[in-house]
Amino acid sequence: MLTIEEFGRRLRAREVTSAQVTDECLKRIDADNGRLNAFIRVTADEARRQAEEADREITAGRDRGPLHGVPISIKDLLDVRGTPTTAASRVRDGHIAARDATSIAHLRQAGAVFVGKTNLHEFAFGTTNEDSAFGVARNPHDPSRSPGGSSGGSAASVAAGMALATIGTDTGGSIRIPAAACGIVGLKPSFGEVSIDGVVPLSRTFDHVGPLTQTVADASLVYHALLGDEHVTSPVPLPLHGVRLAIPRGYFFDVLDDEVRARFEEAVGRLRAAGVHLDEIEIHHTADIAPVYLHIVLADAAAYHATTLETMPERYTPNVRVRLEMGRYVLAEDYVRALAGRDVLRREVDAALAQHDALMLPTLPIPAPTIGAATVPVGTKTEPVRNVMLRLTQPFNVTGHPAISLPSGQTKGGLPCAIQLVGCRMQTDALLKVALACEPQIAAGPLPRSGKVGG
Amino acid sequence: MTIDAWLTAATADAERRGLPELKPILETLARATTALRAADFNDHADDRSAKASAERTPPAR
Repeated sequence: MLTIEEFGRRLRAREVTSAQVTDECLKRIDADNGRLNAFIRVTADEARRQAEEADREITAGRDRGPLHGVPISIKDLLDVRGTPTTAASRVRDGHIAARDATSIAHLRQAGAVFVGKTNLHEFAFGTTNEDSAFGVARNPHDPSRSPGGSSGGSAASVAAGMALATIGTDTGGSIRIPAAACGIVGLKPSFGEVSIDGVVPLSRTFDHVGPLTQTVADASLVYHALLGDEHVTSPVPLPLHGVRLAIPRGYFFDVLDDEVRARFEEAVGRLRAAGVHLDEIEIHHTADIAPVYLHIVLADAAAYHATTLETMPERYTPNVRVRLEMGRYVLAEDYVRALAGRDVLRREVDAALAQHDALMLPTLPIPAPTIGAATVPVGTKTEPVRNVMLRLTQPFNVTGHPAISLPSGQTKGGLPCAIQLVGCRMQTDALLKVALACEPQIAAGPLPRSGKVGG
Repeated sequence: MTIDAWLTAATADAERRGLPELKPILETLARATTALRAADFNDHADDRSAKASAERTPPAR
């Protein structure tokens, strides 16, 4: 499957056209979307028109940069002008976006080709993609498994070769969790960097927009395009020797599948052998992460949904409706306590990073769960699926630090495992350089792929 | 409002609104609220926990 970098090289060498690669993505969607349900809407005609325009521009000598002619899918939570933004909910029936979300406008300006809008957990309020008005999205590695969520259709679309990249959102892990479950790269930039204008909110306090891609270099290219940067080049990795990583033991390793743990420790060994300096550190208030997160995200979501919960409750999926209703009972005094806790956690992660280039920890404590499972065995315990999937990602929505998930091999059953690197606030580029340097050691071989595009 | 009083009132309100299925998740929220209120970063008018919190929390960079 072509990466964005390789596509760009071949496009400019006149070895492929955008129209050819876009058509291959559309053929893959035709072949596999019935099985995976990754897309809510496929915009084939518009994609072909955009691709032909991109090819005409290249022929005429107009090059918009690394995303020129690149087929991309978009989570159906972001506005694309002239198309519905469903948020995977019947609550949004009849909606048509009047204009592009700011981040989408930047991609359009960069020459990206939009192949369609992807499935998600309704209103991005879940980690499995099971509660969607458009049906369950499935994992390309094993369709009986969840692709993760909430950007599950997005991750499935890239893992299955239906697009070269996709745009997701991340409020508690909704980019990184599906990236981990589907064996691709997912970047949550630092809070506030990428505009959330034109994005249906879950929690304005925690919402982020970011890319899911096949490689770290591709994630960097899409991230810069989302920002509206006009002069984007491929990132340069840090020299691996001398990189300093901190492993936050305790909470982050207390609930962990044995094979996920094994893939993590193997990567630690490879990085250490390559000259990376690894320290073990502690973050003190980890026991407070879930209560802090819960009180803020529930109250933020309830404020947005209060009117429609009264006027059209039957249009929500039952699980999401009940979860949204819970937020209507959060007291103001507890919301304020949670904001205070957020500040404490942010300072503690800042302090942990003071002497290190990044934190390193698993992304998802378990391999992709079976669709329909409410609980999952982890070691000797049984854990609620939702809680365990959020456990390692939501801390960095609370604190706002940039975080990237990288594939780290597979279980014996062929399900992807992943490792997360967390960088300093407002230093997403620095994190990307660390991730680029560490990517080969973390992956330890060819990354899991399930689709082919463009040879 | 104490958490017990809040949970009683919230559960009664959910039942009145025809949402009895909210009860178990309100109990989950009550446990989370209990943990949140017990956290050592909370300030109190008598200043009893502020010092302990400051000692534990690293300064901002």
